[in-house]
Amino acid sequence: MEFLTTWNFNNLPPDERQKFYKESTLPDGRTLREYWFHALDKEIEIAPGVFFPAWTYNGQVPAPTIRATEGDLIRIHFQNLGTKPHTMHFHGFHPIEMDGALPHQFVYPGETFVYEFDAEPFGVHLFHCHSVPISQHISKGLYGAYIVDPKHDTRPKPDKELIMVMNGFDTNFDEANEFYAVNTAAFYYAKNPIKVKVGELIRIYLINILEFDQINSFHLHAQFFYEYQTGTSLKPDFYTDITVMGQGERSILDIRFKFSGKIMFHAHKTEFAEQGWMGFFEVHE
Amino acid sequence: MLRRRLKTGFNALLPVFLLLLLLLVFLKYGPLGVFKASVPPIEEVFIQKVTFSPDHIVVDVINDGPEPVTIAQILVNEVFWQFHMAPSQTLNPLERGRIDISYPWVEGDVERITLVSRNGVTFETEVNVATVTPTFNFLYFKSFMLLGVYVGVIPVLLGLMWFPFLVTLRGKGYAFLLALTVGLLVFLGFDALSESFNLLKDVPESFNGVGIIVIGLLLAILSLSAVSYKTQHQRREKGEHYQALVWGYLIALGIGLHNLGEGLAIGSAYAIGEIALGSTLVIGFMIHNVTEGVAIVAPLTRTYKHINRFLFHLIMMGLLAGAPTILGTLIGGFAYSAAIAVLFLSIGAGAIFDVSFDILNHMAKGKWLEIFTVTNALGFLSGLLIMYVTGFLVVG
Ligand SMILES: [Cu+2]
Repeated sequence: MEFLTTWNFNNLPPDERQKFYKESTLPDGRTLREYWFHALDKEIEIAPGVFFPAWTYNGQVPAPTIRATEGDLIRIHFQNLGTKPHTMHFHGFHPIEMDGALPHQFVYPGETFVYEFDAEPFGVHLFHCHSVPISQHISKGLYGAYIVDPKHDTRPKPDKELIMVMNGFDTNFDEANEFYAVNTAAFYYAKNPIKVKVGELIRIYLINILEFDQINSFHLHAQFFYEYQTGTSLKPDFYTDITVMGQGERSILDIRFKFSGKIMFHAHKTEFAEQGWMGFFEVHE
Repeated sequence: MLRRRLKTGFNALLPVFLLLLLLLVFLKYGPLGVFKASVPPIEEVFIQKVTFSPDHIVVDVINDGPEPVTIAQILVNEVFWQFHMAPSQTLNPLERGRIDISYPWVEGDVERITLVSRNGVTFETEVNVATVTPTFNFLYFKSFMLLGVYVGVIPVLLGLMWFPFLVTLRGKGYAFLLALTVGLLVFLGFDALSESFNLLKDVPESFNGVGIIVIGLLLAILSLSAVSYKTQHQRREKGEHYQALVWGYLIALGIGLHNLGEGLAIGSAYAIGEIALGSTLVIGFMIHNVTEGVAIVAPLTRTYKHINRFLFHLIMMGLLAGAPTILGTLIGGFAYSAAIAVLFLSIGAGAIFDVSFDILNHMAKGKWLEIFTVTNALGFLSGLLIMYVTGFLVVG
């Protein structure tokens, strides 16, 4: 799945990418990153043969990832092509008019709104719809990753960067999830292991947006990782093999695999693992 | 003459013809879109049966809704599991499917199976005590036979053995006995009826279980009444003996149908591990069913004084009332269908109600108000109470 390694629409050919993302330099020398987002009702496949009537940003769940460097100006042209009022509510600094959380900030079907704010603080953040009922707007699929890179980075440089959004789906609308996953598709990375190499630095931007059973976790087999909580420090907080997160919590994980082979990772709430939140790294020499 | 017939035929067929025409027009131009609006598809899957064999769970399902349904995933105890489904994962309306799950289930555990459709709709069933489902072999055949004999045949025959005692009753005693019989029967009839309503939840909605009950009940009442009306004259000619015999057989038949339904329920519950048929439960059924023997024999005591004269008939009645339990447990154990159980139970209820009315009618002799004597009321209530109290033994 492309989502894992995609940000700022860098998976699209240049002319196609222009429709959704533009980068330019402001008079004061800063970088302006402009995005074109829209909300859209769309059916997505969340497990082999199982389809979910999702509410999406740009037709996908999670939304396309937004990535900037600390201090950049972010401008998002948001259009609601869906059937309910939606917003884009970002975690991070922004003027309160840009919060997208109050009823007068709701963007109604057919309307547009422009969100503008500086990218700060650095770290791994998220955005989601804050329309009501929030639990519904989140569980239907309106969320995505928002990464702000530090301006002066002293951390080791990663060889591979992966975005993992831990989510779930309540397909029968009983306020409990039937499917759990990283990046929507249940068991996707179990069937399509993520290929990496021994010794290279893998950086994971991990976000928990699970609705209903909101405590989630990430556990890696046969290996430990450095964890930077919320990614807001240049020094790791932990060296561990498991991290537990409430809804909206996130971390940066740095991994260097010691051994080759098929290495499992999953929620250490086994119920989630057995309902889709389980995958493998395929580590080569 | 011919013209007139043609005209009559035309008159009879015209509405049918017009209805067909209307349907065609409606299908072609009608506002069907209203019904097909953008509402999510209605998916209904009915789980008919769950059977267990070592490391395998087999689920029989039927598409109980108006639209095709695709089963996309299956959870066993909240865990997604591989499965095979025949004939295919997509079932058309009323089509049946069989799902085979290779799952290391544990004897005695609760196993919860959830089917997830293409659209994420879930259908769930829970087996409280997982146990290997009997396959048709001699051992099980034998145990179900024995079960039927114990629960059905023996108790009814035991009840019949009160005959010599009951024969000695005269006047009020006899009236009391008849009223008691009616009480037993009415209780049994309601019991069968409520049992059939209870089973409705196991009948796919598209089978219209209430319809089965109404038809079964009235089928029994109407056909028995029609037969007795038709043979009224003949019976009067043959005298009281004959009348009493007919009653005996009718009661036996009604109870037999009731016991068939009861046997189906016992057999199926046993087979799918829903009840542990302990010895107390069997004993409970035995005591409860002894009263059925009394009900059969009571109307006969007036006309038959010596048991040896019609011992053959008595045994036949006993078998007619009790033996269906054997059949019921066998069918229930190996090829259960809730719809069939409902049908038999409601036919049984109808037969029982019909014969109770017949006895009452006989007691009234045309003067209906005179039936409400203290003796009769006490007898009737005693009948209800006996059934109620012995019923506790079955709760097991
Ligand atoms: Cu929303």
